[in-house]
Amino acid sequence: MSAVSLQVDNLRVYYRTTRGDVKALDGVTFEVADREIMGLAGESGCGKSTLAKSLIRYDGRMRHVSGKALLDGLSLPGGRYTKVSLIPQYAMSAMNPTVKIGRLIADLVRAHGWSYRELLPELVRRLELVGLSADVLNNYPIELSGGMKQRAVMVLSTLLNPSLLIADEVTSALDVTNQRAVAETLVQFRDRGFVTSMIVVTHDISLVYQIADTILVMYAGKLAEKAPAEVLVNAPKHPYTRLLISSLPEVGVRHATRKLTGIPGRPPHLLNPPTGCRFRDRCPLAYDRCAEEPPFTEVEPGHFVACWKAMSEGSPGENQEACAAERSGGTPW
Amino acid sequence: MHRYFGRKTLIYLLTFIVAVTLNWLIPRFMPGDPVLRMLTRTSVSNPEAIAPMREYYERVFGLDVPLWQQYVNYWVQLLKGNMGVSVWLFPTPVTEVITRAVPYTLALLIPAILLSWIAGNKVGALAARRKWLDNTVLPVGYVLTATPYMWLGILLAWSLGIVGGIFPVAGGYSFELRPEWSLAFVGNLFSHWFLPFLSLFLVAFGGWAIGMRNLIIYELEADYANYLETLGAPRSLIRRYAFRNALLPQLTGLALQLGVLVAGALVTEIVFAYPGLGYLILSAIQNQDFFLLQGTFLFVVIGVLLANFVIDVIYVIVDPRVRVGMQGAS
Ligand SMILES: Nc1ncnc2c1ncn2[C@@H]1O[C@H](COP(=O)(O)OP(=O)(O)O)[C@@H](O)[C@H]1O
Ligand code: SF4
Ligand SMILES: [Mg+2]
Repeated sequence: MSAVSLQVDNLRVYYRTTRGDVKALDGVTFEVADREIMGLAGESGCGKSTLAKSLIRYDGRMRHVSGKALLDGLSLPGGRYTKVSLIPQYAMSAMNPTVKIGRLIADLVRAHGWSYRELLPELVRRLELVGLSADVLNNYPIELSGGMKQRAVMVLSTLLNPSLLIADEVTSALDVTNQRAVAETLVQFRDRGFVTSMIVVTHDISLVYQIADTILVMYAGKLAEKAPAEVLVNAPKHPYTRLLISSLPEVGVRHATRKLTGIPGRPPHLLNPPTGCRFRDRCPLAYDRCAEEPPFTEVEPGHFVACWKAMSEGSPGENQEACAAERSGGTPW
Repeated sequence: MHRYFGRKTLIYLLTFIVAVTLNWLIPRFMPGDPVLRMLTRTSVSNPEAIAPMREYYERVFGLDVPLWQQYVNYWVQLLKGNMGVSVWLFPTPVTEVITRAVPYTLALLIPAILLSWIAGNKVGALAARRKWLDNTVLPVGYVLTATPYMWLGILLAWSLGIVGGIFPVAGGYSFELRPEWSLAFVGNLFSHWFLPFLSLFLVAFGGWAIGMRNLIIYELEADYANYLETLGAPRSLIRRYAFRNALLPQLTGLALQLGVLVAGALVTEIVFAYPGLGYLILSAIQNQDFFLLQGTFLFVVIGVLLANFVIDVIYVIVDPRVRVGMQGAS
């Protein structure tokens, strides 16, 4: 890949709670290249949103414990909107209901030292690109349909050409047609250079598979596997990734029930996560070595995995069979 | 838009008719016979004279016809602006008695409502952003709203009036003065006005401040505030939006509280023997002057309805959601 855009190094971010720290992000290291669209996948509660927030804005309960994140040399969180921007999950309610959309955008860009007047032609061009007329600037959010609001927010979020765009579960609330449209728009934004690189957070691997260059899988506050999207879906190495993918009805095919369910057991609680490999008590391949924490290692160019088994046994086919056998045998893990 | 206001007008009209009817009914079922009372007050000693006098007064007050006719007559007279003759201040027309009292009540109510609403919203919004201010505004606000108007009035009259001797505690102006446009008289008017105003203002202020503080905190947690924050918008912009949005429910609150505020003003006038409508109501009850009572109540009801209507209109002007929703419907 080309030059590195985002560099995250051993980042640890915990939530302060009365019962102790929730170790929601426990030492993650990865890179996102220029023009890369990285899918970030994993079951709900594995720390995806925490990772996204730690790149943009810490909420009141988040505590930076160690590590750093650099975007083109700028330390994150920082450069909100101009360098890093977000398309939120709640696009339907993201815009102030009592202010016209054009007014909202004007207020926002002026606060960042831009002239709304000068940006207006580009803004209108982009609105038209996503199928909205310039009239929406004179509308209140309530006058737009859900899909229109979603598109308006996408344009608004990327108006100042941020280096990194984070989209957190942007499609979860949408129907299938709108999901596809949003996914395609994201790719288009990257292709036209509105954003340099992108992290698309989702619990739905089959969705990011269609648009992402690479996919990063998280499990219980740690990274499990990162690889080019094709490789990750067709030749996954981490037992967790395999289970995620084999629990899909058919990879790459859109289907009503392709949620990441169907892996027996639950992820560990992150207040007191287990030592060693965090997937150990659900892993069909666990062995004694797994009591030690597996490092996130590059096993093939561009393919990282944190699993002792995957690192020691080169052949992924074997493991997949073992995994599938276990599943079809129906043995309770 | 037209349909909306058409419907609203209809609702207000119905409310008005119901209010007039109730207003006509209630005094008629009140204990006591006003005519008899008047006769006793004029101490007619000759029992034989009572019967013709009674007949005379019943004719004057329109009580010598069947009930249904009294009701119809009531409407006819009302629409002519005639509310009958006061028993207490016989033979002054009720309308005239009320007209004399209304300026006092309005002079209390309008500044108390507007100033408490404005100041309460400002202070409440400030409290939502400064911890130390919040720690004072919140408890003080709660104590103030929880205080009954009557009680705060008595407290103020006692502390600043009787003990402090700074303000007079009864009347609209001193007895020895004649109403005129002189500095001395206006000053005297003001000093009599101040305590009743202050007690009304304070109770209402506490409520608005707490309401605004809570609304702002709620608004700052809304998705749009979160999104703006994520996009690096300055706090001032987010607060401006939040304040504006929080004003809308406060406006609804004002419409809802109007009746309570008016009732508070009436009670406060009684405490300070302030010659407004509240004081009239008390005198009317004490003198079983049900024409006056009816007239005063009716005036209050019309006033509250009108004010509510004005707030409705303002709301439509300031809240795009309502406006847009209405355009979509029509
Ligand atoms: N504000 C918070 N306080 C305490 N714990 C939190 C908070 N937000 C999230 N968590 C915990 O952190 C973990 C990761 O959450 P999150 O990053 O939202 O996961 P995801 O986005 O992958 O579903 C979860 O175990 C969740 O319970
Ligand atoms: S390290 Fe061990 S427990 Fe963890 S995923 Fe690999 S085999 Fe399973
Ligand atoms: Mg999440």
